[in-house]
Amino acid sequence: MTSIDDSRIPGVQDPAVQIHAEAETPRGYGSMKRKEDARFVRGRGRYVDDVVLPGMLHGAVLRSPLAHARITAVDTSAAEAHPKVHAVITGETLAGLGLAWMPTLSNDTQAVLATDKVRFQGQEVAFVVADDKYAARDALDLIDVQYEPLDPVIDARRALEAGTPVVRDDKDGQADNHIFDWESGDSAATDRVFAEAEAAPDQRVVTADILYPRVHPAPLETCGAIADMDPVTGKLTLWTTTQAPHAHRTLYALVAGLPEHKIRVVSPDIGGGFGNKVGIYPGYVCAIVASIVTGKPVKWMEDRSENLMSTSFARDYHMRGEVAVTDEGTIRAVRVDVLADHGAFNATAQPTKFPAGFFGVFTGSYDLEAAHCAVTGVYTNKASGGVAYACSFRITEAVYLVERMVDVVAHDLGMDPAELRMRNLLRPDQFPYRSATGWEYDSGDYPHTLQVALEKAGYEALRAEQADRRRRHEAGERVRLMGIGLSFFTEAVGAGPRRSMDILGLGMADGADLRVHPTGKAVLGISAQSQGQGHETTFAQIVAQELGISPDDVEVVHGDTDLTPFGLGTYGSRSTPVSGAATAVVARKVRERARIVAATMLEVAPEDLEWHDGRWQVAGDPEASRSMAEIAMAAHSNLELPEGVEGHLDATCVYNPPNLTYPCGAYVCVVDVDPGTGAVDVRRFVAVDDCGVRINPMIVEGQIHGGLADGVGMALMQGIAFDLDGNCLGGSMMDYLLPTSLECPSWELGETVTPSPHHPIGAKGIGESATVGSPPAIVNAVIDALAPYGVRHADMPLTPAAVWCAAQGRPLRTDLAIT
Amino acid sequence: MQVPAQFAYAKAGSVDEAIALLRRHGPDALVVAGGHSLIPMMKLRLAEPTALIDINGLSELTGVAVQGDEVRLGAMVRHGEVLDSPVVREHFPILADAERLIADPIVRNRGTVGGSLCQADPSEDLSAAFSALRASVVIRSADGERVVPVREFHHGPYETAVAHGELLLEVRVPIRAATGSAYQKIERRAGDWAVASAGAVVTLDGDTVVDVGIGLTAVGAPHFVAPEAEDALRGGPATDDAFAAAARVAAEHCSPSADQRGPVDYKRHLVGELVTRTLQRATARARGEA
Ligand SMILES: Cc1cc2nc3c(=O)[nH]c(=O)nc-3n(C[C@H](O)[C@H](O)[C@H](O)COP(=O)(O)OP(=O)(O)OC[C@H]3O[C@@H](n4cnc5c(N)ncnc54)[C@H](O)[C@@H]3O)c2cc1C
Repeated sequence: MTSIDDSRIPGVQDPAVQIHAEAETPRGYGSMKRKEDARFVRGRGRYVDDVVLPGMLHGAVLRSPLAHARITAVDTSAAEAHPKVHAVITGETLAGLGLAWMPTLSNDTQAVLATDKVRFQGQEVAFVVADDKYAARDALDLIDVQYEPLDPVIDARRALEAGTPVVRDDKDGQADNHIFDWESGDSAATDRVFAEAEAAPDQRVVTADILYPRVHPAPLETCGAIADMDPVTGKLTLWTTTQAPHAHRTLYALVAGLPEHKIRVVSPDIGGGFGNKVGIYPGYVCAIVASIVTGKPVKWMEDRSENLMSTSFARDYHMRGEVAVTDEGTIRAVRVDVLADHGAFNATAQPTKFPAGFFGVFTGSYDLEAAHCAVTGVYTNKASGGVAYACSFRITEAVYLVERMVDVVAHDLGMDPAELRMRNLLRPDQFPYRSATGWEYDSGDYPHTLQVALEKAGYEALRAEQADRRRRHEAGERVRLMGIGLSFFTEAVGAGPRRSMDILGLGMADGADLRVHPTGKAVLGISAQSQGQGHETTFAQIVAQELGISPDDVEVVHGDTDLTPFGLGTYGSRSTPVSGAATAVVARKVRERARIVAATMLEVAPEDLEWHDGRWQVAGDPEASRSMAEIAMAAHSNLELPEGVEGHLDATCVYNPPNLTYPCGAYVCVVDVDPGTGAVDVRRFVAVDDCGVRINPMIVEGQIHGGLADGVGMALMQGIAFDLDGNCLGGSMMDYLLPTSLECPSWELGETVTPSPHHPIGAKGIGESATVGSPPAIVNAVIDALAPYGVRHADMPLTPAAVWCAAQGRPLRTDLAIT
Repeated sequence: MQVPAQFAYAKAGSVDEAIALLRRHGPDALVVAGGHSLIPMMKLRLAEPTALIDINGLSELTGVAVQGDEVRLGAMVRHGEVLDSPVVREHFPILADAERLIADPIVRNRGTVGGSLCQADPSEDLSAAFSALRASVVIRSADGERVVPVREFHHGPYETAVAHGELLLEVRVPIRAATGSAYQKIERRAGDWAVASAGAVVTLDGDTVVDVGIGLTAVGAPHFVAPEAEDALRGGPATDDAFAAAARVAAEHCSPSADQRGPVDYKRHLVGELVTRTLQRATARARGEA
């Protein structure tokens, strides 16, 4: 292997190109460069598609061109006759093995390969295994599938109408497209407040219909797997793109009847997940079956369009929001009615008792008298939806709803939206706060966080500039209109307490194990799987902080079920709140073991030691102390330890969070809108986040940057509409647009720090805050810019066409094809 | 899986060899220039050529140069070269404007002028710009060369005057005095294809528009031009009112179709807006004001 000479890589030696000043490796918390980046920037990452096994075959999936059709015949003979083809697997093959259907994360069923009907465009129909991917793709064209087209159910708002075709006629007793009804909050109390507001002369009810359209996580690396069933040992090794390797292992064991100790799931480097890699997709199962059938390793990697068209979508919430408010601007109650489009299979990833995820936090950051929401899930002929896309289990939808509604209220009352928010935000003395829908907010100083954001943005000067532009616009001058948008969000992340949160019966507690080698270097095993979050650095810093060693001396092992303790994985911003807490706790266990050893070394009682500056020290005698490295060596030596102490320092733990953590933030967005073309330019974006204690501020900022860019995408360009035939109109990157640096301003970040009292180091999740908080700020800004046109609401994505149509008073329906 | 079907590959050493190779490999052989339209189509299997004839090495097809009262751009001139060319900037700011809005630097480093015209995508930008400029192209077959005005080059979406076995060699753009030009495009995101674009070339005599070219893309304008609007403006005054009136004519005569970039009325509105703006800009440039 050739080694890379760093001095020849442009920029490596040039301090000018470093984005951040060289951060010294801190002993514990603090900005330091990500340990994992060296291999990523040098092309030494190892993703699933980089794994090549001897004798490996390649799979390809045949997909349905139609959204809804009965399969009348499948002829695979020509494909099987292809000289490079080893096997063709169909729904019928799988039915013979009892694997044609699999359970989803929401306890529904999903076709692995279609047997009776296809239910969305892009659904998996057959799987070809060949010598190489070219031959596999060629052979797909040789499979002859006869379809009898059926009327598709596309418009979610009509899915429950009488006479609509039934998408899931495979399910016993399913006579319509209804999946579930779920509600949260006190309906009677809420109705009472609304009745009062309607009757009172100085109160009112403000209503708006708001769509959070279907979007896709679209990670850079698409989904894929390599299944290697060893016919001799009976052990299945599955390299796969998963955010939850342990949960997947258990599910494969339960579904396929494989013994769990004979399954090893390896999730190597992951090129972005954003929720896309939480679920189990038919391709993974097909690769496993193909490896069993052929006796060889089988690789399947989906392409970009397959990823966009067939893997789990997010959002697709049609919401009606109502707010009861006094004319002075005191918000009394919020009522929400949601129609949730879950596509053909209810594959939503969320804790079992929460079919609408954590949508229940739609009361936002405000002190309400009452609140209630009702969510109805429906089937349509679209890819299964509802996966978490950096949304903390539907908090994205909840925050969007409430933050958009607050602006609609401000519009209707003629009030400044900052003033309206300030008036209704929870006060710091109300924490811990039990919300009207039963969530226990841990900590925060919301008015302060909002104030910091407004000052950073120069809010008053912005409003003055806006007023001037509006005057010139009204005078007939050709000027771009300026919009200022706010959002204040609260998230509930870190699922979660085992008593209330599980996925398919698996409680959401995470394990951690920490081994300390004789020389004092440590290896941490965690179940969370990084897809870019920087766990190898952050988690090393947590251990370093607790043990008084350098993060460089801590190796973080993750993503391999044979090497790591059980836990539910990385999504919903849960890694730091759950696995991070487990890491702190296991490190404290090690530290306590070290205390006993140090006491023996120093010939004092353990109670006489205190932890000081990263060492165990005899109280009152700074000269008598031992470092972790000294203690570790002693723990492995022939030092005689007290009765009952086994030696070594290694420890394990399982962390069951007592509560979720509640990060919050205040965002201010400034846009310029060309009223002649509808084009939107995001001029500035101020994001003040409070995620409690920041372990590595640089990584926190990186997470926020990514989430803000994501928000620009969702607010302005990302959308997957369907035409009435069920054709997916967002199936390529020419159609489904991801933002580039040209659409993103230079982010202006700020922070406030309110530690969580329910987390061992006071940290809260940050992975999704910006994705959750930014879309409403951007949309609010665009709608604010359009105030001279009397616009009150328009749905995302606010493309130039959508903006112009809204200004004309004919807002577009963005979930359907534009006609 | 986005992998192309099997194809043969041959690298041409000269224009004549490229033409011979096209003939030898039969009717389903295609030349590949920058490959930024063709290769994605092959990966999606929307195109399955039996052979690719690579013309990337052909120095005969390169270069931007003034020849008499024309500027000659070789078919293999990359978008990036057009953008950077001082000759283009001096004579045809419309091309520099357009190139700045075509795709992204990576695509512009490979994609070519000839490939863009021959691809004849209905949303292609250079076709509109060259039509506004009344450029012509030189096409060679085994039987010899012919010159075709760009306004007669396109036979419909993805169809051009270039027949199988022929090669587009160069584009010739006339240099005119007292002329200014400009191009504007509305896109949903940098690098996206146009929702609508317009380009204008205005030749002035004092305050009179003595000649005008108006190019449109992505809005179903035949040959990427708005001849009715040109007629409305030609010979008249170079005023904002006249521009707005011509823009209305252009908006009325194009035939956009609805898609996820926008409904028909919006696209028509954009044509009006962009034609007005580009006429204003081109006029300002003709006067040396911008
Ligand atoms: C992401 C992306 C965004 C884009 N955005 C835009 C945009 O906004 N606006 C825009 O106008 N374009 C855009 N394009 C298209 C880009 O400009 C292409 O490069 C260009 O259209 C084709 O040029 P090429 O050299 O790559 O042609 P190729 O892909 O090599 O060829 C295209 C076709 O022309 C034929 N051909 C090529 N050269 C000749 C020749 N000399 N004689 C005869 N036939 C020939 C080929 O056989 C083929 O059929 C985009 C492309 C991409 C990938």
